[in-house]
Amino acid sequence: MAGEAELHLRGRLGRLKSLGLLRGARISGELTRLQRQLEKISEASDEEIWQHVQLARHEDRPYTLDYVERIFEDFVELHGDRARAEDPAMITALARFAGRTVAFMGHQKGRDVHERTRRNFGMTFPEGYRKAMRVMDLAQRHRFPIISLIDTPGAYPGVAAEQHGQGGAIARSQALMSRLTVPITACIIGEGGSGGAIATALADRVLMQENAMYTVISPEGCAAILWRDAGEKVKAAAALKPDAANCLQLGVIDAVVPEPEGGAHANPDEAARLLGEALQSSLEDLEGVDGDELRRARRARFRSLGVFAERPTGITRV
Amino acid sequence: MAERIDVSIEHRNLPEPATNERPHPNTCPNCGSHYRDDELAENLRVCRQCNHHFPVRARARIAQVADEGTFEEEAADLRSEDPLGFFDLRPYPERLAEAEVSTGLGDAIVIGRAAIERIPCELSVMDFAFMGGSMGSVVGEKFARACESAAERNVPLVSITASGGARMQEGILSLMQLPKTVCAVEDLKDSGGALISVMAHPTTAGVIASFASLGDVIIAEPGALLAFTGPRVVQQTTREKLPDDFGLAESNQRFGHLDGIVGRRDLRPYLGRVLRLFSLDGG
Repeated sequence: MAGEAELHLRGRLGRLKSLGLLRGARISGELTRLQRQLEKISEASDEEIWQHVQLARHEDRPYTLDYVERIFEDFVELHGDRARAEDPAMITALARFAGRTVAFMGHQKGRDVHERTRRNFGMTFPEGYRKAMRVMDLAQRHRFPIISLIDTPGAYPGVAAEQHGQGGAIARSQALMSRLTVPITACIIGEGGSGGAIATALADRVLMQENAMYTVISPEGCAAILWRDAGEKVKAAAALKPDAANCLQLGVIDAVVPEPEGGAHANPDEAARLLGEALQSSLEDLEGVDGDELRRARRARFRSLGVFAERPTGITRV
Repeated sequence: MAERIDVSIEHRNLPEPATNERPHPNTCPNCGSHYRDDELAENLRVCRQCNHHFPVRARARIAQVADEGTFEEEAADLRSEDPLGFFDLRPYPERLAEAEVSTGLGDAIVIGRAAIERIPCELSVMDFAFMGGSMGSVVGEKFARACESAAERNVPLVSITASGGARMQEGILSLMQLPKTVCAVEDLKDSGGALISVMAHPTTAGVIASFASLGDVIIAEPGALLAFTGPRVVQQTTREKLPDDFGLAESNQRFGHLDGIVGRRDLRPYLGRVLRLFSLDGG
C-alpha cells in the first residue's frame, strides 16, 4: 500500500508535471529530485498490485452518483442520445460546482442487482457515448468546463452494441474531445477499462484515485490470452501494472487523488471531499487558458505518449 | 416413413480431417481450393473460385496499390521498447525479436510516401503477421508521423488496417495509442488533409475504436471482420446467439458504418478515383 509520504510526493510530482505541460515552465530540477525519491519507495509486489485491482472493484466503493450527491449542487441529469436510445450506464448532466456551471459525464455501475442490470454494470453502448458527445457539444457552445468520471469494466461487448457501431462511437467521442476548446478534467474513480474508458478520458488533466485501475485489458482477459488461463489474473495484473503509481510514472495520468485510510469505501464523505478538491484545483488551473491553446496542449499531451527507440536492430533492413 | 437413403458413399472419398489445427495458408478456408504461391499472388491473393480474400502482408499490399517504384518508406528505424518489463510466458523483447525475424518488419505497420494512379499520397499499411497487427507505441507513433507527413506535403493519407487491437505487452501505453492516433488524425483534418481508411480482415478493438473509424471515406474488403469485440468474446460474455454475418464488412455496411465494400482487384482504381476527387484544384 502506498504510504502517506509517497502520496504526498506523487501529488506534488503530478502538479509539477502538469504545470510544465500547460505553461511551458521548466521546473525540471525539482521534478527529477521528486522522481528519485519516488522510485525509492515504490516497488510494489504482485500481491500489492492485485490489492489495487480488488479495491478498484470493491462492491462498496463509491460510484459516480455517490460522488455526484456529495460534490455537485443543482444537478440536472440529461437523458438520451437524441437518435436512438437512453443508456443508463452513462450519466450526463449539467450541475453547479464551486460556483460555476459544469457539464458532467460519468459511468454508473449500479449498487444492487436491479440497478446493476439496468445500468449494465457500467458498460456503455454506443448510445451512451453519443449521449456524452451531445453534452460535450452543449458544453462547447456555452463554454462550460467538462468533468468526466471514469468507472467502467469496458464498453459493452454485445451483438446490438456492435451493430450500432461501438468502435466508431468510441473513436468519434475521442475525436470530439480533441476538438473542444473548453477545459476538460477526467478522473478515473474505479475501473478504467480499455476503450470504454478512453472514450471519455481525452482530457486536459487526467486524474486518478489512489486505488483506481487504468488498463488496456482486464487482468482476467489478459491472462486468458497470454497465459491461456484466466486463473493467472494476479500475474497478469502485475505485468499490466494498472495501478495509479505506475500510470503516473508512465505519464498517462497527471496526478493521483488520495483516498481515505483503507480506501474510498471506508469513508465515502472524505473520499468525495478529496476528489472535489482535486477537481476544483484542476478547474482553477485550466481557467483563463485560451481555448485554442488548451486544445493544442491537449493534443500535444496525448501525441507524446509512448515509448520507442529510433534505431535499426540489424535483424531487418530493407 | 420413407427409408432413408444411405449417403455414406459420398463421404468415402473425403480427405481425412486434417490432424493439425491450421490449414495450409494457400488453401482457401471457404471453399477448399488450393493454390500455388504464384497463382495466388497473380490474383492479388483472392480465391478464383469463391472470391475469398486471403490476408496480404504489408509489403505485398504496397506493391498492389502503389504505383511501381513510387513508395519511399519513412520512420523505418522505429523499434518497440519494453516500458513495463513485460513478461508473460516469455519476455516481450523475445516476442518482438521473433516477430521481426519471421516477418522482416520492424513493427506491425509500414508508412511512407507513394503515388496511386499518379496521385501523390501518404500510405500507412498494417501487417497482421507481426504480433497480430497489434498497436503499441511504435504503431501509434508511425501512424501519427504518417498524418504529419501527409499534412506537411498537403496530400491525402491512405490507411490500410489489419489488427487484433492494442498490444497488451505495452499495458496502458498501448491504450494511449488510441487518443494519440485520434489527435494525429484531427491535426491532419485541421490542416485540410483527408484520411481514406481501408479496413482489411481483421480490423478490431483498439484500431477500429480509433483512427480506422475516422476516415473521411471508410471502405472495407469483402468478408473482413470489423468489430470492437470479436465474436468469440461476445458469445462467451453474453451467451447471445450471434447472427451468421456478425461483425463482417457486409453487416457493417448494412448498419451504416461503411461507405463501401471494395474487392481487392478494384481497390487501386477505387483509391485512384477517390484521391483524384480530394486532389482537384479548389476541391
